[in-house]
Amino acid sequence: MVIKMKKSMNKNTKNNFITYGMVIIVFAIVQLLLATGHVSSLMGGLLVPLCTYVILAVSLNLTVGILGELSLGHAGFMCVGAFSSAFFSMVTKNTLPGGLRFFLALLIGAAAAGLFGILIGIPVLRLNGDYLAIVTLAFGEIIKNLVNVFFIGKDENGYHFSMKDAISLDMTVDGETIINGPQGITGTPNDSTFLIGVVLILITLVVVLNLIHSRDGRAIMAIRDNRIAAESIGINITKYKMMAFAISASLAGVAGVLYAHNLSTLTALPKNFGYNMSIMILVFVVLGGIGNIRGSIISAVVLTLLPELLRGLSDYRMLIYAVVLITMMLFNWSPKAIEWRERVLPKNLFGGKTKEV
Amino acid sequence: MVDVMSFVSYLLNGISLGSVYAIIALGYTMVYGIAKMLNFAHGDVIMVGGYIVFVFVSTLGLPPLLGIFVAMILCTVLGVTIERVAYRPLRMASSPLAVLITAIGVSYLLQNLALLIFGANTKSFTSVVAIPPLKLADGQLTISGETMVTILVGIIVMVCLTLFVNKTKAGQAMLAVSEDKGAAQLMGINVNGTIALTFAIGSALAAVAGVLLCSAYPSLTPYTGAMPGIKAFVAAVFGGIGSIPGAMIGGILLGVIEIFGKAYISSQMADAIVFGVLIVVLLVKPTGILGRNIQEKV
Repeated sequence: MVIKMKKSMNKNTKNNFITYGMVIIVFAIVQLLLATGHVSSLMGGLLVPLCTYVILAVSLNLTVGILGELSLGHAGFMCVGAFSSAFFSMVTKNTLPGGLRFFLALLIGAAAAGLFGILIGIPVLRLNGDYLAIVTLAFGEIIKNLVNVFFIGKDENGYHFSMKDAISLDMTVDGETIINGPQGITGTPNDSTFLIGVVLILITLVVVLNLIHSRDGRAIMAIRDNRIAAESIGINITKYKMMAFAISASLAGVAGVLYAHNLSTLTALPKNFGYNMSIMILVFVVLGGIGNIRGSIISAVVLTLLPELLRGLSDYRMLIYAVVLITMMLFNWSPKAIEWRERVLPKNLFGGKTKEV
Repeated sequence: MVDVMSFVSYLLNGISLGSVYAIIALGYTMVYGIAKMLNFAHGDVIMVGGYIVFVFVSTLGLPPLLGIFVAMILCTVLGVTIERVAYRPLRMASSPLAVLITAIGVSYLLQNLALLIFGANTKSFTSVVAIPPLKLADGQLTISGETMVTILVGIIVMVCLTLFVNKTKAGQAMLAVSEDKGAAQLMGINVNGTIALTFAIGSALAAVAGVLLCSAYPSLTPYTGAMPGIKAFVAAVFGGIGSIPGAMIGGILLGVIEIFGKAYISSQMADAIVFGVLIVVLLVKPTGILGRNIQEKV
């Protein structure tokens, strides 16, 4: 029994290292292509967003696949991370050196998003299923809404805050508006690079994979599989649900930091921090396999690059996402399709490793 | 005096918007009660209804009532098709998330199909209501025809639906299926047929709601239905999901809260206020105003 346990641990570790190795190898190949000039500027510009999407997909998979709850407000946490870190970077732009500033911005983004995750988790995690989905969606929209009415400025008298417009900040002439409501934050230093993105992906993976295979992770999955049974053997439901939710949120915050420091102007639009973004991340998770972390990475990369490679299809991109989502769900979850698959297809061809939700 | 008048006018606008929410919420609450699923695509059926009326009435020049009738029939067909193709295969799935994610996919599909067919441009929708606005109190208070018609339609729908559920065999079958699917089947009720009927009624109501919504707020985009759809779900939760009068009360209250929030607090924050209501309701009374407490059994 002991030997068997050890063996299965080794298998997990091996699997984790395959995932890390995969990311590093892809990174090396891309670097090689960049160095030899085989990457068009369009593709080069996609590299950092790609890292953002991968982190988002992996962190959402923690909520959807491991915790077994559908969160539709993931983009909201990303938004919190993006704006809190961009604000910090703007304030310390002239006082801190670039590297340290970005490191602190990352910590602040992660902490702010994690804090929001806990705050939102308190009411939300009492619910489950459809209610949780709709409340997280509501929170995502509220956060987007709030960011759009925030005005923060700074002059020699200190900081000014308003929720009306830039004029009511009441600043002196040489005051500078940092957060300008719907116009967002302009002039965030471009600290994000592909290298940092890949390092952040690896950190995300270490956090998530180690969580899954830890005692805490098994408790979380026990709650997912049968909440009542888990409660009856003494697992603290609220604590573990909150843990998974907050970690997922703060990783989304990290993705937000990466996103914010790749753009010169950061605005909260429905396109980048709204419901659509949350759905897009969900599509990555579903296509990659719910609960399958490596799958999330692959599908995030494929679904981001594919429409760019097939330029003619760009109009149909969203439509393809929708069809992929429906087909994958029907194919993977319909009892009839599962039965058919088991009868017709050889075992382990499809989703053999996908964990049940 | 002017303050009182504007208050009354906001209140009426709120009730009018709330009636639209209520009609949408009825579709959600019935489907939720019977199929135990959140039909995310419901809001987009509203949008489809709006586009159908737009095409038939504004472009082809059909009489409005005929256009609405066509929209109701086409939306019914759409709703039943969605149920048959996307939801029914997943009804017995091992995870309740499966059908929810599929519903999101359907919603996304409808939005993007509309985007491809009609483009992202806002279409200006000609109101189908031809009643002149009512002027009261020496012209200080104006009630638009749309407001009156919307409130009236809301009341009619509510009464008809209550009568249908309580007095007809099909309505009783719906109640039975929502109580206990298995037992209903044993009693000889066609469960699949009943669920399909629920989707049909919900979708027909969505078409009506779409027309009313577009008449009151005459701009039509592929995303027109999404936000009202989500808000109507909030209304359904507010009133107690699964309850028909609850959907009506929740819808009207939510509409009034939204309009008052817009008028007296902040117009940009109206959505945040509406969603804040949802969170407060779920914290204080998760079953909603008229909801029943359901004990979880092991």
